[in-house]
Amino acid sequence: MGKTIAEKILSEHAGKDVKSGDLIIARVDVAMVQDGTGPLAVEAFNRMKLKALANPERSILFIDHAAPSPRKELSNAHKILREFADKHGAVLSEVGEGICHQRLIEDFVKPGDVVVGADSHTCTSGALGAFATGMGSTDVAIAFGLGKVWMKVPETHRFVLKGKMPSGVFSKDLILYIIGMIGADGATYKAMEFEGEVIENMTMEARFTLTNMAVEAGAKTGLIATDETTRAYLRERNRESDFREIKPDPDAIYEKTYEIDVSGIEPRVSFPHTVDNTKPISEAKGVKIDQVYIGTCTNGRIEDLRIAAEILRGKKVAKGVRLIVIPASRNVYLKALKEGLLEVFVEAGGAVLSPGCGPCVGIHQGVLADGEKVLSTQNRNFKGRMGNPNAYIYLASPATAAATAIKGEIADPREYL
Amino acid sequence: MGKIIRGRVFKYGDDINTDVIFPGKYTYSITDPAEMAKHALEDLDPEFAKKAKPGDVIVAGKNFGMGSSREQAAQCLVALGIGAVIAKSFARIFFRNAINNGLLAIQSEETSRALETGDEIEIDVEKGEIRSAKGTFSFPPLPPSVLEIFEAGGLIPYIREKIGRKG
Repeated sequence: MGKTIAEKILSEHAGKDVKSGDLIIARVDVAMVQDGTGPLAVEAFNRMKLKALANPERSILFIDHAAPSPRKELSNAHKILREFADKHGAVLSEVGEGICHQRLIEDFVKPGDVVVGADSHTCTSGALGAFATGMGSTDVAIAFGLGKVWMKVPETHRFVLKGKMPSGVFSKDLILYIIGMIGADGATYKAMEFEGEVIENMTMEARFTLTNMAVEAGAKTGLIATDETTRAYLRERNRESDFREIKPDPDAIYEKTYEIDVSGIEPRVSFPHTVDNTKPISEAKGVKIDQVYIGTCTNGRIEDLRIAAEILRGKKVAKGVRLIVIPASRNVYLKALKEGLLEVFVEAGGAVLSPGCGPCVGIHQGVLADGEKVLSTQNRNFKGRMGNPNAYIYLASPATAAATAIKGEIADPREYL
Repeated sequence: MGKIIRGRVFKYGDDINTDVIFPGKYTYSITDPAEMAKHALEDLDPEFAKKAKPGDVIVAGKNFGMGSSREQAAQCLVALGIGAVIAKSFARIFFRNAINNGLLAIQSEETSRALETGDEIEIDVEKGEIRSAKGTFSFPPLPPSVLEIFEAGGLIPYIREKIGRKG
């Protein structure tokens, strides 16, 4: 019987043939925590009297959610991670190195891996053909110490994407459209597998935006088969030898298959306070915005910054709007610097900050005032997400964000391209 | 074990996310359980943490606990002494975190529809029964492996027990 990508990877890691619905103990290749969830994982590790890391060079602690630290309490949390990494020989990703998910895809995750992270957007790495899923701190502490976790092999929902992406419409619009269609729990516990001509023609950078947001439909992970685009991405990162072919069997069994023609999709905007509350740009235009944020693990990659810079070049941010731009990693930051993109943002009147999660988690760098509205390229717009439950978060693509920054109200990027 | 949970219901809607259960801005600064308890559900119902007593039960709609993987979302409810969360469905990371922290998470559409804030209920974990003036509802008992973790009080005591036995 044929297997889905999830069943293939998990069979390898369970050491036996498994299928959806099976409860398994899976070997873990990469385990990670970030500074919000890491201290709890360290505490759990110690309380369980675990002694050493199963796989130190692929156990990673990221300082990204509040980096650089804005307060002494967070500085102390960071210190816990540094000391743990030092004591056990784990990898530490320091202030300024970037967001965990971006760093993972750049330098750590290989096709075919099982990745567990104490962060819900760990599913991002799934675009590399890896089974990557978010868990709590205690689960990841166990993965650190024992090199394995228990899980249920998920059923897979297949998304066959056909047609041609219209100009001004990006993978962010596509995933917002899909989540709007199936709902915030439309794929709970499932793996989402994306395929079809749209995926074949899509860059790796854009693919990561799709898998990043799988969890916003409740999914355990998002997956994409590897191909020559995957190989080229790894080659550019000097790790072509990590490439492996990962693809589903032609007779794999899917719980559901959605066929979507993307040709008619418009730029999309998610309205407060849920991701699935998404509308076409035609119904979103004109909403007055106080702050625009371009960045995050969803849309802080070089391609995102190029699109935003193309729209903002030679223009000014509207009066009364703050524009914040944060490259997702040091690697992205350096590229943007060399390509002159940061200059474009600064000249337009934006504030460019150092790599990290920025205002997305509501701890620092752009917390909103009561009643304010922000349009962000991030993945989540829950009440209070950005630090103030009395603020309103709209989600969109980097192109829509750039157009909105110029106009001061939600704007159609197709008018600027 | 014969564990019986008694308390009052606090009823909420669908898609209650981890940002309103325990805001991200507190994840670093608040680590003391007693202090965590004070902020439970703060951005959804600021009165909840003041009014809830040990044993009280949250009843919600579908997809309870969606969003962030932060384990504090389960821990703050445990710290407050919440007896159980009953929902039409749960987001998967929250469900794992609930089990791992010894918080009873019961999936029951019927109960979720029937109960309202203020209802007095009794949950018989072993029998898989929820009793109230509005009727008795049954829920499937926890799978044995999960029940073992729950009975140990969570994954940490469970693993310690296991390692202790081996060592």
